[in-house]
Amino acid sequence: MAQEDIQVNKHQLNKRTGNNMQFLSFTLGNEEYGVDILRVQEIRSWEPVSRIPNVAAYEKGVVNLRGSIVPIIDLRERFNLGYAEYTQLTVVVVLQTGDGNKIRITGVVVDSVSDVVDVDKARIQSAPDFGAKVSTEFISGLVSVNDRMVMLLDVDKLLKLDDVTQDES
Amino acid sequence: MSIDMAQFHQVFFEECFEGLEAMESGLLNLDTGDIDSEAINVIFRGAHSIKGGSGTFGFSNVADFTHIMETLLDEMRDGRRQVTQAAIDVLLGSVDCLREMITAIQQEQDVDETRVAEQKSALEVELYGSEASVEPSPVNHSIAMETPVAMSEPAPAQQHEHQGYEIAFTPYLTLLQTGNDPVRMFRELAELGELTASVNVQDIPDFYELNPEACYLAWDLKVAGDIAEDEVNEIFDWVKGDCELEIQSLAAKPVKDPVAHIPAIDAETLSNTPESGISEPAAISPPPVTEDAVNKMAPQKAEPEPAKTVTKSSSTIRVDTAKIDTLINMVGELVITQSMLSLVGEHFAMNKESQLKSGLAQLERHTRELQQSVMNIRMLPISFVFSRFPRLVHDISSKLGKKIELKLVGENTEVDKAVVELINDPLVHLIRNSLDHGIEMPADRIAAGKPETGTIELRAYHRGGHIVIEIIDDGRGLNKDKIKAKAIEKGLIDKHSTLTDKQVFELIFLPGFSTAEQLTDISGRGVGMDVVRKNIQELGGNIEITSELDKGTTISIHLPLTLAILDGQSVAVGDEIYIVPLVSIIESINITEKMLNRVAGKGETFRLRNEYIPIIRMHEIFNVQSAKASQLAEGIIVVVEGQGMRCGLFVDDLLGQQQVVIKSLEANYKRVEGISGATILGDGSVALILDIPGLVRLSNR
Repeated sequence: MAQEDIQVNKHQLNKRTGNNMQFLSFTLGNEEYGVDILRVQEIRSWEPVSRIPNVAAYEKGVVNLRGSIVPIIDLRERFNLGYAEYTQLTVVVVLQTGDGNKIRITGVVVDSVSDVVDVDKARIQSAPDFGAKVSTEFISGLVSVNDRMVMLLDVDKLLKLDDVTQDES
Repeated sequence: MSIDMAQFHQVFFEECFEGLEAMESGLLNLDTGDIDSEAINVIFRGAHSIKGGSGTFGFSNVADFTHIMETLLDEMRDGRRQVTQAAIDVLLGSVDCLREMITAIQQEQDVDETRVAEQKSALEVELYGSEASVEPSPVNHSIAMETPVAMSEPAPAQQHEHQGYEIAFTPYLTLLQTGNDPVRMFRELAELGELTASVNVQDIPDFYELNPEACYLAWDLKVAGDIAEDEVNEIFDWVKGDCELEIQSLAAKPVKDPVAHIPAIDAETLSNTPESGISEPAAISPPPVTEDAVNKMAPQKAEPEPAKTVTKSSSTIRVDTAKIDTLINMVGELVITQSMLSLVGEHFAMNKESQLKSGLAQLERHTRELQQSVMNIRMLPISFVFSRFPRLVHDISSKLGKKIELKLVGENTEVDKAVVELINDPLVHLIRNSLDHGIEMPADRIAAGKPETGTIELRAYHRGGHIVIEIIDDGRGLNKDKIKAKAIEKGLIDKHSTLTDKQVFELIFLPGFSTAEQLTDISGRGVGMDVVRKNIQELGGNIEITSELDKGTTISIHLPLTLAILDGQSVAVGDEIYIVPLVSIIESINITEKMLNRVAGKGETFRLRNEYIPIIRMHEIFNVQSAKASQLAEGIIVVVEGQGMRCGLFVDDLLGQQQVVIKSLEANYKRVEGISGATILGDGSVALILDIPGLVRLSNR
């Protein structure tokens, strides 16, 4: 707890300098990912979805989020990281994506949310190119936090690209 | 068809006041030096809507008055007239005057005619400047009679004892290019009476700048004799759009027109600037009368206006008090039920079970009723909009001498209140367009082998998650070549660009586009289509035109159902629940193997009253793994109709009927084939609403 408080304070200090970004980190299997915390609307527990017929398997379905219909995407399946049983601990991170003036809301299923991390922008590495072997299109950068590698996701690309591929199929 | 128009008056007044407010703020923000065409457009639209509305409701005095304002604004918008402070003042005064008129009408008092007439003449002075009205409408004359006020200037500059006309004729530079030869016109004039002409050559530029094809001359003509005004007008008929023209009667009456003496002052100014088409209005210093009139207005403006009680906020909703009373009643009953239930709960014993059950049933009923009546406040049948139109069509068609029948279909389609309010103006524009440009004159129709009476069909229905409003006319259709030519002329497209039909029709929606050759007060000013589209896009919808030359035009407006409500039948397919719109259900039946037929070994059909109906297995088409029934006899067939095609949906079970609020799936997600939207069920979960036509298409793949 105390450590967290310190971290928050540190963040507030750093925020003033403008060089830092905060990311919400979460795990998928053994991997750790991060999204810009300003894109996170809320974190919810998993609840059953209504399936949408004839769409990709990783688009799990839609839920009612206070009156709006919000699609839920399983990131494990999206990244081909295998399946996981949904439990009470499975978490849905609700993200906002905006193209222009229209904001869309999408929920992504992750194994668990781990932390809020402060990252100095200068420390963000660009994702290495693995060629066609590994798709790094959604990864905007890599950063190391406490000796763990966190992959930072480009939310707009992640959720927009998925739309495009869907329209084509 | 008799409709009590009075029920819509209140709405119209509110719209007027909103429009006036927009005009006022627009005028106040208008910069005289720098013309912002969008700002003028806003003012113009305000005037246009008021004119349209007042025409519809038969307030002809308001419509006439606004028409003059609109003409003035139109010239400003096109850059034919510069925006002067004087003009803005007159327009502002007119806005005030208009507001007084509407307030008077609203409160069923008499309109202050002298005030109106005075303001009108001030407008006309500003509008025509030195020109007496080219087409002297009866209105102008009646005003002239009523307003000696405007003529309070000392003795008119010119007194003419003899009969005849004085004509200030200032052609635009392009006059000769349109094939008009002034000399020929003068010759014709000379035939009418004794002609004296003086030419003004002041504006001929230096030799090097001289364009031999341009007309730099201006003339002051006098023709004496007893001549009918029409005859003089006729001569200038062909050049009306290409010159500044001012015909003035030198009748025995020294002063006939309020603007009669201004020409004397301005004739010179006018003739000095033949390229008046562009810059001339700037050159006219506001004639003294204008200022006079404005000054006279000023004290009146300061007068306290009659009490205005109308709420101005545009986000309000006008609800019948009866509806609110019903709501209050229901809430009251709900409270009673609640207290009854809590009483039961306080000392609950098993013997009170029946009491509890009846209480819960009551609670359910009341909640449902409450929900319905709350929804009711927002939802209105589209007839609220539609029923205004028979009058409009009747009035305009008789004015145009056309025979037109208006058909209304699907008036009971429920639409959200916001849609009702915002769809009216676009529809008025579209119907006016159809009336004016779409339907031909009876003789032309007969010649084209069509029935003498034209038909305009106004149709509303739900389709594929949208409300569709269609305006279908069987008129002459859109002329693609003409539209293209016009767009090239206006510089909207490149001369050599090739466009598809659809792209050509799209051009109509560009601001300032109008194919009508002659402006009428019905349509053709190029306002409208761009505004129509803007309004519809604001509602989140879109508009499409399909047209066939000589066959007619169909304009479809698609509006999203975001707030619409639908009667639905919930069906179960495995663990999943789908909503079938009740309107598309014909019946639900159990079938036996015997009724089943196969087409080419695959396509399953069954026979229902002499009709073979294809079966769509929902669990297959939607890939539902958990479906219970695999044999057709085990489930239920829901026979539905979509876009004229019948088919049977094979589902596991029927669940129940309910009203559902349609939520958009596209807001956060995307369009899904076979699904028109989603809704939230009683338990908070989401159910998808089936789009029957889409489903049929999907199954045909």
